[in-house]
Formats: sequence, C-alpha cells, structure tokens
Amino acid sequence: MIVVGELSLWIALLMAVWAATVSFAGGHGRRDELILSGERASYAATGFTMLASVGLWTALLSRDFSLSYVASQISANMPNVYVFAAFWSGQAGSMLFWALILSVFSAIAVWTNRDRNREMMPWVTGTLAIVLVFFLATIAFKANPFVRLDWLPVDGRGMNPQLQNPGMAIHPPTLYLGYVSTAVPFAFAIAALVTRRLDADWLASVRRWSLVSWFFLTIGITLGMWWAYVELGWGGYWAWDPVENASFLPWLTGTAFLHSIMIQEKRGMLRKWNVTLVVTTFLLSILGTFITRSGIIESVHSFAQSPIGGWFAAFIVASTAVTAYLVATRLKDLEAKAGLESMVSREAAFLYNNLLFVGIAFSVLWGTLFPILSEWVRGNKITVGPPFFNAVNIPLGLLLLLLTGIGPLIAWRKASLSNLRRQFLGPSAAGISVVVLLLVLGMRHTNALIAYGLAAFVGGTIVQEFWKGIGARRSLHGEGFVTALVRLVSRNRRRYGGYIVHAGIVFLFGAFAGMAFKRENDVSLAAGQSFETTDPFGARWRFVSQGVSTSLALNREITAVALEAWRDGSPMGLIKTEKRQYFDSQRQPTFEPSTEVGIKSSMRQDVYVVLAGVRGDDAELRITFNPLVVWVWWGAELMALGGLIVMWPQAERRRQAGYAAELKPAPDEFAGVA
Amino acid sequence: MKPRTKFLVGAGMVLATAGYLMASSISATGVYYLTPTELATKLSSDALFHGVGLKLGARVVPGSIRREAGGREYAFVVTDGAKSYPVIYRGIAPDTFTDGVDVVVEGRMGQDGTFHATTLLAKCASRYENAPEKYKDTPGYRGSAKQGA
Repeated sequence: MIVVGELSLWIALLMAVWAATVSFAGGHGRRDELILSGERASYAATGFTMLASVGLWTALLSRDFSLSYVASQISANMPNVYVFAAFWSGQAGSMLFWALILSVFSAIAVWTNRDRNREMMPWVTGTLAIVLVFFLATIAFKANPFVRLDWLPVDGRGMNPQLQNPGMAIHPPTLYLGYVSTAVPFAFAIAALVTRRLDADWLASVRRWSLVSWFFLTIGITLGMWWAYVELGWGGYWAWDPVENASFLPWLTGTAFLHSIMIQEKRGMLRKWNVTLVVTTFLLSILGTFITRSGIIESVHSFAQSPIGGWFAAFIVASTAVTAYLVATRLKDLEAKAGLESMVSREAAFLYNNLLFVGIAFSVLWGTLFPILSEWVRGNKITVGPPFFNAVNIPLGLLLLLLTGIGPLIAWRKASLSNLRRQFLGPSAAGISVVVLLLVLGMRHTNALIAYGLAAFVGGTIVQEFWKGIGARRSLHGEGFVTALVRLVSRNRRRYGGYIVHAGIVFLFGAFAGMAFKRENDVSLAAGQSFETTDPFGARWRFVSQGVSTSLALNREITAVALEAWRDGSPMGLIKTEKRQYFDSQRQPTFEPSTEVGIKSSMRQDVYVVLAGVRGDDAELRITFNPLVVWVWWGAELMALGGLIVMWPQAERRRQAGYAAELKPAPDEFAGVA
Repeated sequence: MKPRTKFLVGAGMVLATAGYLMASSISATGVYYLTPTELATKLSSDALFHGVGLKLGARVVPGSIRREAGGREYAFVVTDGAKSYPVIYRGIAPDTFTDGVDVVVEGRMGQDGTFHATTLLAKCASRYENAPEKYKDTPGYRGSAKQGA
C-alpha cells in the first residue's frame, strides 16, 4: 500500500498536469471534448491524491519506521489518534494534506458546476489543476513523505508532546480547510477575468466558498489560540507570532471581501477591488502555508535552508503577475456602475470597513515580514514584536469595532438625520453609560474604556435590531417571542446571522480589553506553604501547596503539583499543574519535559498556574489571573454559529425569492423589519 | 467637495495615521536580530553598541547551563561556531531549553562582556520535528537491515 501510495502521488501529478493543459486548451478553443477530458482528469487527480494519502496513513499506522517521515513524527507507543494526526504534523505530510483537501474541493467545485457557469468552468478547472500541480510537484520533488531511510530504526522519534493535545489534532485540518477553500474563489476570479464575465453571477458562486473558508479559518484560528493558551504555558492566547499572523492575514482580507461583496451586489461598486481581494486572500493563504511550514521568519538566516522556499516564492510571484496582467487588460469591464453619493451612508461605512481590514492586514504583513525585508534592504535582520502590532492594530481595531455598529444600520445612499437618530440614539446612550459606570467603578485604562464603550454601543445596535424585528413579527403575525425569533433569523439568514457574528466580535473585544488587567505572580512553595494575593477584581486569593508528586503513565513520567485555592475565604477546589517527560518504547526520553497548565476558569477570569520547575522540596510556580478569557471562546463560538446560519443552504425557491428581495433597496421605513 | 473626494481625504488620513504608527513603533521597538559573529562585528565597530537592545540567535553550548541555587537565574554560553558569548537570564525557562538547542535571547550586551537576557526562547519546537538521523548512532536505535514493505 505504501508503494501504491508513492506511485499514486506521481500519477496524480500527471493527471493534474493533463487536467490543466486540456482545460485551458478546451476553454481557449471552445472544444467540448477537451473540456470534458479536463474535468475527468481532475476527478482522477482527486482519486490518486486520495490513494497517496491512504498510503501515507498506512505507513504511519503500521509504524513503518523505514520511512523518514514516519520515523521522525511518531514512536511505536503513541496512541493511534495521534499517529493518525501525524499525517499533518510534519512538513511533507502537511503538504500532502493540503493537496488532498485541494483535490477534493476541486472535484466538488467541478461537480457542482457541471450544468452551470459552463463558459467559465474550463478556466476554473484549469486554475485549480495548476494549483494542485504546484503542490504535488513540490511534494514529489522537494518534500516527499515517502522517502526511505538507508537504515531501519527500531523506534521513531515520537511526536512533540505539545502536539499531543486534542486541539492540536484538529486545529491544522480546520485551518487547512480554510486556507485551501480560498483556492476556489481564486479560480473563479481568474475564470471571470479571462472570460470577461464579471457580473454578479461569478460573485454568487464565489460567495458561498468564501463563507466556507471564513468559517473554517475562524474556527482554526480559535483552536490555535486555545491550544497556545492551554499547552504552551506562557499565559496568553495571542503573541503576534509569525505563524499566528499567517493564519490571521487571509481571515482579514476574506472578511473584508464578505463585506465589500454586498456593495457590489447592491450598488455595482468596488468591482476591481473585489477581484483583488479574492486573489489576495488566496495568495495570503499560500504565504501562510509557507510561513507556517518553512520556519523562515523565526530563524536568524534560514531563507536558503528551506527546501520549499524558492518554489513557493516563484508560485506567489507568478500568480500575482498573471492576475495583475488580467486585471490590467480588463479595466473597462470592471468599471463601477455607481458612485459614492454621501459620506453618511452605508456605502461609505463599508468602504471604511474595507480600508481598515486591509490596513490591518497590511500592517500585520509588514510586521511579520519585516525581519526579511530589513535584511534584504539594510543587511541587518530587525524584528518587531507585540508592541508594534498593538500600537498599530489597537486603534485600527477600535475604529473597526465602531463601524461594526454603524455599518449595518445606516441607510444606503444617504442617511437622513431621522434615520441616524432612530438607529443610534439608544446604542450611543448604552455606550456612554457603560463608560461612565466603569469610570465610577475605578477603571482608568483608556483603551479598555474605549473598547467597552464601543462594545456596549455595538451590542446595543444588535439588541435593538433583534428587538425591533421580533416586535414587528409579533404584531404582524401574532407570533410568540421564541417563534418570532426563530422565524426572524431563519427567514433573513444573511442579515441576522451577520448580527450574531458581530455579537461574537463584541465578546472578543471585551475579552481582549480584559487582558490589560492581567496579574502575574512568581512564587516558590514547599508542601503546606501558602501564598496570598489579590485578583484584578479585588478579591483575596489564598493558595496552599499540597506538595510535589511523581507518577508514570503509558508513555510519560509525570511530576505534578496541586494547589488548594480559596477566594475570599470560600474554597475554590484544587488546581493541578504538571511537568511531563515523554519517552519512547525503549524508555528513551523524547523531546524535553513539557508543561501541563493548571487552569481554573470562570466567567470573570482564569486562574492559570504553571509549574516552572522543582528545586528540592520547593515547587516554582507562576500564578496568573487572566481576566475574561472564556469570553474569547464564547465569542468565537458565536461567530461560528452566525457563520453557519449565514451559509446554511436554503431551499432553492425561497433562496431566489430572498435574494431578489435583498437586491431591492428596502424603503427606509422598513429597514428594521425587512 | 464631492463625496468621493471626501472619502479619499478620510481614507488618506486613516492610512497616514496607520503609517505613522507603524513607522514610529518600528523605530521605537524594532530590535536587531543577530548571530554572535555579527554582534562581534557591531561591537568592534561601535563602542556604543553595548547597551542597545537586541536579539541574539545562537546555539547553547552543551554542558554550559548553570542554574543558580536559590533563584531563577540561568547562566549559559551561546555560540554560532565562530563566536561565543556568556548569557545570564532571570525568569522561567521554556520546556525546550536544554543543551545544544537553538535559542533566541533578547536583552543587552553588558560592558562586562556578558549578555543580559530578559526573554529566552528555545527554538526546537518551532518546526515540531525531530530528525531521526540525530539518533542514527545511538546504541539500540539501529534495527535490522530489513526494509518495510
């Protein structure tokens, strides 16, 4: 099966080359038999990529340590779940995983469009095949997971213990689903440019895929944050690390696109911009994959060390050049059909929204690549850290939060004074009251005050929208509260799903601002000794050490410390933190000891305890109070839920009716009812 | 003014602010990222380079790690093969910090020739891989010559 897998990899590559060649030829010469052949080859490439993947999984699960990839990723005594996940834990395997998802998405895109978009489809099939060729060729020539060692180890080197975590087993696949699904909108953008069919119909095909990719990126990024928080033990969930930034970049431009697409649908504006955003999102996904997998940014001088670096750079440059050429030769087809009529309008709010999203994306990209850029330009590698990203992104992010409240409620074309007063009077009052309340309670942190004020304002607009919508249904149809809520959301999924996503954003900003009040204590405790401190909310905490214990498990040795905690005199239970030394089947240690963080979560804050080390009888501990962390996870869940509501397929008839209704500019009077 | 012009003026202001924030925070917080050899060159050409905040990327010399009794202070030596520097670090060391790993230390070069680090990152985990070749000659790791199917 392993040999079959390796062979399949090469056949899949040939099939993808064929699919690209005949699809482009068929599209160019309008020859149906070539187009059909291209589509069949694309299905075949999918089949063989799947076979290659089955081959690698077989090698892993049969623990065939003659393969370098298997020997470097797992050890014989690891549980099967993580052996299965080892498919995507290393560079070569994760590249194959990318190709696997891409081939499946290509097949889905080709299949669902077998009777639709026929003029564009050869170019879509061909573009997706080209991307697949790139990945399969990079795997086959530069990062082949089927390469054998010239010696046979009795056991593999095991997986990094920090990766042996359920979150880490599902985080990469989710993120990859998000990354890879940006390839389909990219292919449609190229096809639309080539065939000059740049009207709304390509957008309809692209919008659903963009939502899918946004959904998976959102979940993938959050899982990454959660993993970093519970597993790495430095006490936070976001460090502006290059790898984190890499996943954030396509999310930013993808989110910008999901907003600007509405402007094109309703007003025919931003046509060039939308094509550019789709392509940029895809290129940032490729760049993200590359940054994550090559380690290019972290190392002092590693550009030449990465075997796949040149291939990725060439691919990104070539894609950019092709797109730039296509856009430049089709500027006339991309003319806007309407102009901006007023600064106080929904169009203007959305334009600023896009400007901010792209501005944030640019600053994150700049900061992430700055070490490389500075080395090229000035010969010295200069790095920027969290202070840089915070200085730029906190102000831009707060402005964006403000627009989250304004954008959905302000009128199209030109807002009247009565529209403004009706929509924003209540929410503004809510925002101001929260700021006053917090000032009275003693909060003096400027950015946090602004964040909570804006969060209350946006939250106010969302509550007001639901309130008005439910009220209208109740008086019009005589429905009960719950029925009215369910029907309101299910009949206007785009709109109310969007509000639910925005509610998630409000939670997130509240949680981010909370981290400004984090408190850290380094203590050294022997058994029976205690430590007392005050948390950010003013409560007194007392921690008593239960001492250090050691134990053995399947593939690890555990050193644990338990703390008994009290808040203001009432018992809060035990908090346990561990150091783990993993070993392989020969009892040889694999990797360095890893830390298991002890976390006691509540709505207010997490008490986060890390065992730094043991010296004699003393356990060295870092006890941190992280305010409002659970709101990050809840906010992300709300966002995912809202995303699901927006993209859930509706019955065809109703969708068309709903779409037509949305395209018709609603009279202002019914803006709250729709 | 036409709405389009107004928008462009607003957009220009937003971008200018963002650009200013980026430029000012790069000059305020950007730090050099150097190898020991590069640091030596800088130090010999510029006496004021002592005391400049920087990141030093190098490998921990095996056997050089000393942990001060009764404190969280680590002393060790880093090298890039050509140049070596002693480092002193106070704080919690990451799990991956051990003999022979690549580390990035951030801090200042003291007049005493010792690097005073405020953060310590061990880079072993950055690619989360463990090359089997490293253990090729470890007794017990070489199996039979049989090749798996």
